Amino acid sequence: MSELSIEHCSKYYKKNGEPMCVLKEADMVARGGRFVSIIGPSGCGKSTLFNIIAGLSKPSEGRVRLDGRDITGESGHVGYMLQKDLLLPWRTILDNVIIGLEIRGVPKKKARERALPMLQKYGLKGFEQDHPDALSGGMRQRAGLIRTLLDDKDVILLDEPFGALDAQTRLQMQNWLLQIWSDFQKTVLFVTHDIDEAIYLSDEIYVFTPRPGRIKAKIDVGLPRPRDEKTLMEDRFLHLKRELLLMLREEREPSG
Amino acid sequence: MAEKSVRDASGPVIEDRDREQAKIRRRAFVGQMIVGLLIIFLWEFLTWIGWLDSYYWSSPSTIVRTGWVAITEGTLLQDLAYTSGATISGFILGTVVGSALGLSFWWSDLYSRITEPYLIAFNAVPKLALAPVLVIMFGIGFDSKVILAFLMTVIVASIAAYSGVKNVDRDLEKMLLSLGAKRHHVFFKVVIPSSVPWMVSSLKINISLALAGTIVGEFISSRQGIGRMILYAGQILNIDLVWVGVVVLSALSIVMYLGTVWLERLLMRGRTPKS
Ligand SMILES: Nc1ncnc2c1ncn2[C@@H]1O[C@H](COP(=O)(O)OP(=O)(O)OP(=O)(O)O)[C@@H](O)[C@H]1O
Ligand SMILES: [Mg+2]
Repeated sequence: MSELSIEHCSKYYKKNGEPMCVLKEADMVARGGRFVSIIGPSGCGKSTLFNIIAGLSKPSEGRVRLDGRDITGESGHVGYMLQKDLLLPWRTILDNVIIGLEIRGVPKKKARERALPMLQKYGLKGFEQDHPDALSGGMRQRAGLIRTLLDDKDVILLDEPFGALDAQTRLQMQNWLLQIWSDFQKTVLFVTHDIDEAIYLSDEIYVFTPRPGRIKAKIDVGLPRPRDEKTLMEDRFLHLKRELLLMLREEREPSG
Repeated sequence: MAEKSVRDASGPVIEDRDREQAKIRRRAFVGQMIVGLLIIFLWEFLTWIGWLDSYYWSSPSTIVRTGWVAITEGTLLQDLAYTSGATISGFILGTVVGSALGLSFWWSDLYSRITEPYLIAFNAVPKLALAPVLVIMFGIGFDSKVILAFLMTVIVASIAAYSGVKNVDRDLEKMLLSLGAKRHHVFFKVVIPSSVPWMVSSLKINISLALAGTIVGEFISSRQGIGRMILYAGQILNIDLVWVGVVVLSALSIVMYLGTVWLERLLMRGRTPKS
């Protein structure tokens, strides 16, 4: 279990000749095995932050460290599930999830043998040979996450994986994710718009301000695990929910 | 009651799209055959009663007879082999080289930007007008026909592949890089497969362009080929033989078209086509 730390990361883009700040001096730590959520309004730089952590984009300033080692700008150290499911439409589900293994040079046959039980255990039994367009949104997200898990990194970044799902499927997927998380003991960084989702899943929540995204608060959830539907009714849950709602409402109000 | 309407003695009614489609396809095929036969009969009939002048229009039966003579006593089959050989060689060469060229643009923005205008300019050149020069350059043999068919197809193929490259989802690239991929992984696992529908969409046009190139090559100067046969038959006013050539070329064109359809199916298994 690895610890990820983000030290003073900022990102500027040039827009109409002026530098525009989309992420400002983010400092955060995700300790080993923790489930950490990031919540904030659209456009506050959440995906930008993930791209920086995954090494797909360089921060304008600041560093990213994995267990103390500087990995700023290097890709391939953390698992990253982007905002879209990004399955390859010409590959079957089975062949989609093994692509990370293929890249590492694992022979296709071996990779398939390794992936098959995973698919069957985590809700994709019977869909292994289907193409992605034959699957529901929730199924596709499962496949996307299994692909990330098979890549076997200690830290995984999930960018709004359930954003496009209906409420019912969403809750189902949240429980599914919690099961996977406890089975695999990963450090998870999770982006969401949804307050309930953030509280239900996380150990800690970072609240971002609107653009330029800064960290406004860090909240320790402190709800016992394992969590289930009853958690949603607990006083602590409702208290946190109110706190977060107020915090995000403040942000929406124009401040001057 | 409502339940009863969807059941019969053998159980519930199961909707089977594939079967319905197959049924429609079979019926359409029969219909197509009937229409074809009708046209041939009408042609035969109208030339027989003299409404169509059989000197210009020949007639199906004469065409078959003349064709048979051309096969048994002439060189029709060799000519056919020559023409289809040149067409298919040029087509394959043009498709492979053109696709490779188009795909190669993915590797460098600068290189693709420098090259693209020349590609478009060359596409605008009427390649067939160059035929006389090519015959002088490459001789009156097989090579000049292949080169013409190649030139007719290569640019279309490269433009198609390049469109595919331009439409590659950037996020797929990102996803792969996040899994630790190098650029060549992205190229072979994402860029090429996601460009396949674009490349495939050019095959059908290209096979007929290749055939046109070959025939023009044969018209200009050749010792063999269906094009040469047609030109020769026209010169000696053997219009029946001209018709034989036209019919054989049409048949060849249809067969090659079906070949590309088959190739398309093969390459597009499990995907939706890009029309
Ligand atoms: N390459 C770029 N050039 C210029 N601006 C960019 C670039 N990439 C992102 N931005 C801008 O940065 C801001 C933050 O984008 P980002 O995608 O990180 O937001 P987000 O918090 O993930 O939003 P959402 O919740 O809608 O996904 C946006 O306003 C976006 O327009
Ligand atoms: Mg985003």
